[in-house]
Amino acid sequence: MTKVTILQFPGTNCEYDTQYAFERLGAKTEILWHKADKVPQDTDLLVIAGGFSYGDYLRSGAIARFSPVMKAVEAYAKAGGKVLGICNGFQVLTEAGLLPGALKRNEHLHFLSKHHHLKVINNDNDFLKNLSVGDVVNIPIAHHDGNYFIDADGLKELEENNQILLRYTDANGVEQNPNGSVESIAGICNKQKNIFGLMPHPERAMETILGSDDGVAMLQGFLKA
Amino acid sequence: MIKAIVNVSLKAGVLDSQGKAVHHALESLHFNGVKDVRVGKQIVLQLDCDDKKTALADVTKMCEDLLANTVIEDYEIELV
Repeated sequence: MTKVTILQFPGTNCEYDTQYAFERLGAKTEILWHKADKVPQDTDLLVIAGGFSYGDYLRSGAIARFSPVMKAVEAYAKAGGKVLGICNGFQVLTEAGLLPGALKRNEHLHFLSKHHHLKVINNDNDFLKNLSVGDVVNIPIAHHDGNYFIDADGLKELEENNQILLRYTDANGVEQNPNGSVESIAGICNKQKNIFGLMPHPERAMETILGSDDGVAMLQGFLKA
Repeated sequence: MIKAIVNVSLKAGVLDSQGKAVHHALESLHFNGVKDVRVGKQIVLQLDCDDKKTALADVTKMCEDLLANTVIEDYEIELV
């Protein structure tokens, strides 16, 4: 059985949605408070859930990255452990230098909370292996600082190594940029393809009755066969 | 005791949406002589230290580690 460990900082608010999502897929889960000094040994996937860790003070994710547990997360990730950062979790991962780039205030300065379509750009990784390149999924976004920035050299590297996971599009897969992100990037991974980050919330897209269950195929990629 | 004033702003090549919005607002108030607006933040630190050289080294490290995200931001340190 797949074991998913979900980090919880003061201000995290998506840990229970994330728990629900993975348990619905048949995984066992554990919520790990940020004071922990190690990642549970049986962890198959470590999720940094969404929310507003430390009230987004200074910069989103800037203070959480120095939480006690983050040293263990870095060691776990560097040893090849799988890490998924959703929304605030993505911000924490970029602040920690575990993913390249940074997340700025949305270009039009508004907080965005709605469903948005995303197109799969690369699927040669655990996260999106159940989807095909070019697939369009409908996933909620809810962020103020989701404007992905990376310099030209960094962007080239992301493209060359197939590190761009998802771009924001309309329902037909035509690029549509809600927040000013460079090249409409919604999610990326590291070069080794074990650390994943995205602003949209696949854990909130698990039930058709709530608008979409497109998150199921995404998160299922992390489950053991 | 040394006071350190740290000014953090977005790097020159990084679009400053807040600066742009403030610029628009100023124009709508008929302040027409404004060429550019950049919005940053100021962090003021009281240091228990009397040596400016040490203070500068310490605050530089604080900026690199936490106060600024050097992927997108520049910082300036003033000691008074």
